[in-house]
Amino acid sequence: MNAPPTLDSKVPSGILSDAWTNHKFALPLINPANRRKFKIAVVGTGLAGASAAATLAEMGYEVQSFCIQDSPRRAHSIAAQGGINAAKNYKGDGDSVHRLFYDTVKGGDYRAREHNVHRLAEVSVNIIDQCVAQGVPFAREYGGLLDNRSFGGAQVSRTFYARGQTGQQLLLGAYSALMRQVSAGRVEVRTRCEMVDVVTLDGIARGIITRDLETGAFERHSADAVLLCTGGYSNAFYLSTNAKTCNVTAAWRAHKRGAFFANPCYTQIHPTCIPVSGEYQSKLTLMSESLRNDGRVWVPKTKGDQRPPALIPENERDYYLERRYPSFGNLVPRDVASRNAKAVCDEGRGVGSTGLSVYLDFADAISRDGRATIESRYGNLFQMYERITGEDPYAQPMRIFPAVHYTMGGLWVDYNLESTLPGLFVLGEANFSDHGSNRLGASALMQGLADGYYVVPATVTAHLAGRKLERIDTSHEAFAEAESASRARFDKLLNINGSRTVDQMHRALGQLNWDHCGMARTKEGLEQALKQVVQLREEFWNDVRVLGDGRSLNQALEHAGRVADFMEFSELMMKDALTREESCGGHFREEYQTAEGEAKRDDADFCHVAAWEYRGRDQQHQRHTEALSFENVQLTTRSYK
Amino acid sequence: MGGHSDETLTLTLNIWRQSGPDTAGEFETHSREASPAMSFLEMLDVVNENLQREGREPFAFDHDCREGICGMCSLVINGKPHGPESETTTCQLHMRSFNDGDVIWIEPFRAKAFPVLRDLIIDRSPLDRIIQAGGYVSVNTGAPQDANALPIPKQNADLAMDAAACIGCGACVAACPNAAAMLFTAAKVSQLALLPQGAPERESRALGMVEQMEAEGFGHCTNHYECMAACPKGISTDNIARMNREYLRASILSR
Repeated sequence: MNAPPTLDSKVPSGILSDAWTNHKFALPLINPANRRKFKIAVVGTGLAGASAAATLAEMGYEVQSFCIQDSPRRAHSIAAQGGINAAKNYKGDGDSVHRLFYDTVKGGDYRAREHNVHRLAEVSVNIIDQCVAQGVPFAREYGGLLDNRSFGGAQVSRTFYARGQTGQQLLLGAYSALMRQVSAGRVEVRTRCEMVDVVTLDGIARGIITRDLETGAFERHSADAVLLCTGGYSNAFYLSTNAKTCNVTAAWRAHKRGAFFANPCYTQIHPTCIPVSGEYQSKLTLMSESLRNDGRVWVPKTKGDQRPPALIPENERDYYLERRYPSFGNLVPRDVASRNAKAVCDEGRGVGSTGLSVYLDFADAISRDGRATIESRYGNLFQMYERITGEDPYAQPMRIFPAVHYTMGGLWVDYNLESTLPGLFVLGEANFSDHGSNRLGASALMQGLADGYYVVPATVTAHLAGRKLERIDTSHEAFAEAESASRARFDKLLNINGSRTVDQMHRALGQLNWDHCGMARTKEGLEQALKQVVQLREEFWNDVRVLGDGRSLNQALEHAGRVADFMEFSELMMKDALTREESCGGHFREEYQTAEGEAKRDDADFCHVAAWEYRGRDQQHQRHTEALSFENVQLTTRSYK
Repeated sequence: MGGHSDETLTLTLNIWRQSGPDTAGEFETHSREASPAMSFLEMLDVVNENLQREGREPFAFDHDCREGICGMCSLVINGKPHGPESETTTCQLHMRSFNDGDVIWIEPFRAKAFPVLRDLIIDRSPLDRIIQAGGYVSVNTGAPQDANALPIPKQNADLAMDAAACIGCGACVAACPNAAAMLFTAAKVSQLALLPQGAPERESRALGMVEQMEAEGFGHCTNHYECMAACPKGISTDNIARMNREYLRASILSR
């Protein structure tokens, strides 16, 4: 056994604003003619994966790209609605790289690494230029220049958007760049192909094992570097706004091979989602929080007021966000908005048949700006709401409730985005790096593309040129071992032949996570849930029923493999939530709050990243910490009053 | 339209069952109850849950985001790709669009170029290959000019966005009597034809993408406009006219 890896963040020294430039200069370069000798496996084709695969191929590396959907264009980045931030300051309203950096560190409740965030703010401007050059049809003003809007609580207009389909347009831009490289013969894309393990040799990631979802065949792929761009773990909660196949499997498999998992308890609950309508509910739908620019959030002042909204007079409504946060009002950050919605529902003032929703009312905006204006801003969102609920939001207020949406935690990475497993890089939502304990709106798209277009293509050389990488053949024992372990796992799932479906077990896990590791957490609840999750996992491995075989397309088997990993992962998420005895961003421990019910951070004891090491099947995870130091931003209590 | 949300619908479902690409398929009939507030796919989830509890294999169907944007879901429902509602993907379709006692036929998108892989799942990889044949702007990641150095008239930007809204689901192909992929291909050709970024590769793009479309075995357009009626994103056939102009222009100018 090698010495346990230490958490060296590799953050460059010197002035923050020069750090990335200096770091890039210090990184080794690889001669263009030599790049083709290196093979890079990129897992996932969302914004991070597609942009990284395309860029690395353009640079001359040999790239293999993998996705579980039938086309790389379908990755879940496509569903992002609102926009992408960039410090262009086109509006001349006082934005700058430093302000975007500052807002992101503050919005993350001072739990992100300053240097990573600053780099993100710096490259944000390049992303917009690159996407426009690709033909991404961003919204424009009549003069032909790009339009911006204020989004998610920002006090400047720095968000670029393409109607309510920004993620789609950015992903199609990256996808088209990827398709261009496929056509040039520099990338091989494998669709309906799932990574089920990472292969390591001498402690370095040297390839992956995949399972072809059409044929069930296991395949070995060697690589000189492996990039995980596999998104977040919101579906541990079963109901989330993530696409149904989003999963933690690739990250969890890598974790078990040596990559530390950082801050798994940092989950983001998005405030503007369509409420649950019944027990058959399969997922939740988010509506862009740009809606909060014009919609006013309220509930009745009186508990149990059953009157239709139109019959509740103005003075009997509680516009609780405007009341509690006069300067930010309805535009407070996501964690604050979500927690307040939960609080009013807990008080019995929630609306709708379940009492688990609040109103988002456009009546004032429609009478002020006219229906046509509101329609031009949010038409597609209103249409989506009406399709799902059967209610017309022009005529009556929307009903919304928070839902799990994004996960800030992820595999620990250093400044180069390399995990504690050398040669394994982690990009986008799958890593933990830039959003601290709470992500700001329109920052996920920015991070995915920053990591894929600009960061990893520069930093991967530290590994490729810095380490001696022997040629490796897939007939090597390390591949055989990983493949047979994966094969055995799927065989086991098929042979349990119990009484409960995968979906039933997944729902049970989701409920447990939502009840005890959701919007509000307590020591007692987490301790209880930790016992229950171990039991549930045992039940899963004894009582799940997966029909069919492993030699053809079998969706229940795919799902079973992912749920098995969520079962293990959830225990770690709870453990992390239990150990972090403070409230910060998306992590709210009821024991740690101010008299006014706001999150109470503990900077003396918890101003650090918690990175968990897997130490074997029957061993407890080991918690490591990376101290966070703030030299350019002063730690303050976030206030949106 | 169906009734209000507290009633239950009793439905007869005829669902396509096919074990693999090389086997024959057939409809399997199930009688099920559904709530009007359920989405169509949630109704199928319940069918599948019940089947599995009875020890029978679930129906395989493609789906992912379930909010109408990823383009993964498909299905021909009562003869219509994505079902009866206009500009609505299958995953956004809700059971309130049906009535108690309805008989519903559920089958895969049918086209020679889209072979069935299993049950309701088809292979749509030809669409990726059409994009590979020119559906991009050849610009490497690097340091392009400032985004605002290239003003684009709002009208053109909006039209480009209308075309770019295509989700690549393939409903246009399934709806076309000739199984043509004209609307899909035209949407991408149009988006880039409307933007100055697309101008340098205008000819090679139109020629390359149309040739690939034909090579994949898609049929020709004979102006039925069924594609536009089925498109869940309301992509207009004006784009096909634009692509035809681009193709004609490119054919004349090509060297």
